[in-house]
Amino acid sequence: MIERISLYILPLMILGILTFGLIKKVPVYEEFIEGAKDGFKVSVSIIPYLVAIIVAVSMFRASGVIDVLKNVTSNLLPPDIIPLMLTRPLSGSAALGIFSDIVNSHGADSYIAKLAAIMVGSSETTFYVLSVYFGSVGIKKYRYALLTGIIADVISFVLAIWVAQYFFLATN
Amino acid sequence: MNYIFFTLIILSIIAGILNNRLDLVVNSMLEACNLAVKISFSLIGIMAFWLGIMRIAEKSGLVSILSKLISPLTKIIFKDLKKDDPALGNITMSITANALGLTNAATPIGLKVMQELQESNPKKDIATDSMCMFLGMNTAGFQIIPATVIAILVGAGAKNPTEIIIPTLIVTTLSFLAAIATALLLQRIWRKYD
Repeated sequence: MIERISLYILPLMILGILTFGLIKKVPVYEEFIEGAKDGFKVSVSIIPYLVAIIVAVSMFRASGVIDVLKNVTSNLLPPDIIPLMLTRPLSGSAALGIFSDIVNSHGADSYIAKLAAIMVGSSETTFYVLSVYFGSVGIKKYRYALLTGIIADVISFVLAIWVAQYFFLATN
Repeated sequence: MNYIFFTLIILSIIAGILNNRLDLVVNSMLEACNLAVKISFSLIGIMAFWLGIMRIAEKSGLVSILSKLISPLTKIIFKDLKKDDPALGNITMSITANALGLTNAATPIGLKVMQELQESNPKKDIATDSMCMFLGMNTAGFQIIPATVIAILVGAGAKNPTEIIIPTLIVTTLSFLAAIATALLLQRIWRKYD
């Protein structure tokens, strides 16, 4: 069902935009090419920012800092949740990796797996988004954007813990 | 960002030495450089495609229709933009693409929004209120159906993988609203320091 919906959305969006363009007598092919010309420039212009953020995050992951933190904080929350919370704003693929580990080690129907699923599903890779989006237009001073992102992440994790307890602990 | 970059790298090197994993840290550094270029290059095609499609949407007036439709909302949220700013239509499309989980479309559209916001920015290296708001909404990660997460649960043999949809939707909606509220609040506080 879900896969069906997401399968249709993209083609329908493209169809809608093209049809509307034709009705409004837009030369759709020429305008498409005109817009598409920027694709290379934009993609290549984000390389320095991608290198910076991906290198820093990969080194951080490889160094084992997160494992140390996991031991320190294990009496506050289920231990495997902490690295997930720390990784989520930094790297999407790393967070999905940790999430898969949790699902496999605790079982897909465990409370921790469900809590982790809610956390991953309701947040974004804040640092990555900020560095790439601001980088693409050359913004150096982020002002309060980073603080907003971090506060939103913290709020979503706290909410996730509450909601998961309400939905999946109360009934068991 | 300077502090975060510095802290991540210094911590990694120190922890790498203490944990005796310095070789892993160095390897991952070299691999990450390659990965960054790979990501960027794999983005070129899809970026060109969406920028082409978006150009049609813009020229046909679809984007400005969208901007006007949501202007009652965006007037409150994006105070420093004009009512018919083309960025507003693209912001809507970007948030929609994110909400539907269309990551391939969301990044190109989002980067286009940043370009448009940058055009009306008087100081080219300092973020505007609209940029902070847009990225705040973006990093809150509003998503209607967390398809990847469900796929992993299904792969691991969950009995009822779709039961996380409703709780996730509650959390993601509330944190999306919280991000908007936070950005509006910080906007006021920051103005005193600028």
